[in-house]
Amino acid sequence: MSINATLLIQIIAFVLLVWFVNKVLWGPLSKLMEERQKKIADGLSAAEKGKHELELAEQKAKEVLKDAKAQAQNILSQAEKRGSEIVEDAKVKANEEADRIKAAAQAEIAQEVSRAREDLRKEVASLVVTGAEKILKKEVDAAVHNDMLDTLVKSI
Amino acid sequence: MGTVEYIQHHLTNNTIGEGFWTFNMDTIVISFLLGALIVLTAARMGKSLQAGTPGGFQNFVESILDFVSTNVRDAFPGHNPLIAPLALTIFIWVWLMNFMDLIPVDLIPYLYQLVTGDSHAYLKIVPTTDLNTTLAMAFTVFALIMYYNVKIKGLGGFIKMFLFHPFGKFLVPVNIVMTLIEEVSKPLSLALRLFGNMFAGELVFLLIALIGGTLAVGAAALFWAPLQVLLDLGWLIFHLLVITLQAFIFMVLTIVYLGMAHDEGH
Repeated sequence: MSINATLLIQIIAFVLLVWFVNKVLWGPLSKLMEERQKKIADGLSAAEKGKHELELAEQKAKEVLKDAKAQAQNILSQAEKRGSEIVEDAKVKANEEADRIKAAAQAEIAQEVSRAREDLRKEVASLVVTGAEKILKKEVDAAVHNDMLDTLVKSI
Repeated sequence: MGTVEYIQHHLTNNTIGEGFWTFNMDTIVISFLLGALIVLTAARMGKSLQAGTPGGFQNFVESILDFVSTNVRDAFPGHNPLIAPLALTIFIWVWLMNFMDLIPVDLIPYLYQLVTGDSHAYLKIVPTTDLNTTLAMAFTVFALIMYYNVKIKGLGGFIKMFLFHPFGKFLVPVNIVMTLIEEVSKPLSLALRLFGNMFAGELVFLLIALIGGTLAVGAAALFWAPLQVLLDLGWLIFHLLVITLQAFIFMVLTIVYLGMAHDEGH
């Protein structure tokens, strides 16, 4: 169990083995593991970024929706206003029309009444004259008694 | 064969050469085979590496890699691309060499003796029970510690560390002795801790093996053989923790020592 030349051989063996292990085992495998680690980290950060973008998009969508709703509300209220305006207009027009028709009818009625009255008066006058002729048994000279007849007619 | 001979036989390396130029062939061959196993397995796995969906074995290796690099990040300040592969190599290689301890103590030596036809052939299959292996790693780490001490602190800073650390400028001789002891103790403690643990573990396995080997004769075997199995299993489970822990300690201390060498304020 003494120290001898085996020591030298073992030193050489150890140094060579370290070199080999570095070349075939540590080098490739640690590189691979590092790459994998980087890939995973990249993936995670990409996922994080995607999440963030999704959040932004959601926020934007919300805003757009809110805008659209507001616009729709606006349009709706405008339409309502316009509709009530139209209804109001129609009411006013209808009222006017009704008034107009009423006035025309009234005027016609009045005209009819006055015409009827005239007719009646003439009838009465002729009746009176006829009556008077019969009473007096003689012809009444219309021309002579015109003035009196007229006043009579008017008084009816 | 007596108890002492049995143990001594198991703790003697199969050697070639004389004096200093002795090569412990069993240590060298087995540690080389285990190193080759690491490289070949890694190379085979490297062909079918998958970034997206790693399979079972790749997952296992990745978790070891993750474990090592976590330790490096925790204990090592700054960045040095050499530290992590070094720590990984130490962890895996030391663990595999320690694992040889868990193979039944007589199995491989017996097979070897059968193959060679020499019934007295020596074979010590745990490379980390050979001080040469643990010292080799410790000296390599020590060389790196010295190299980075000089590289990071500069030669002046390195000498200053010897002169003024830890007691300031009024106790320069004491400082030199203290720092020298501190630095030299690093590789020695690394090597001796691993060696001691593995050597002792192997010894206990041998002693447990002796229970069946020497006492189980005739009817007594009914008692001693189950006891040996039980003890062997218990020590094996405990030792599985020990070999992992020792590999881990060697790795972490290497990282820490190199981290201290990189620390400019030290």
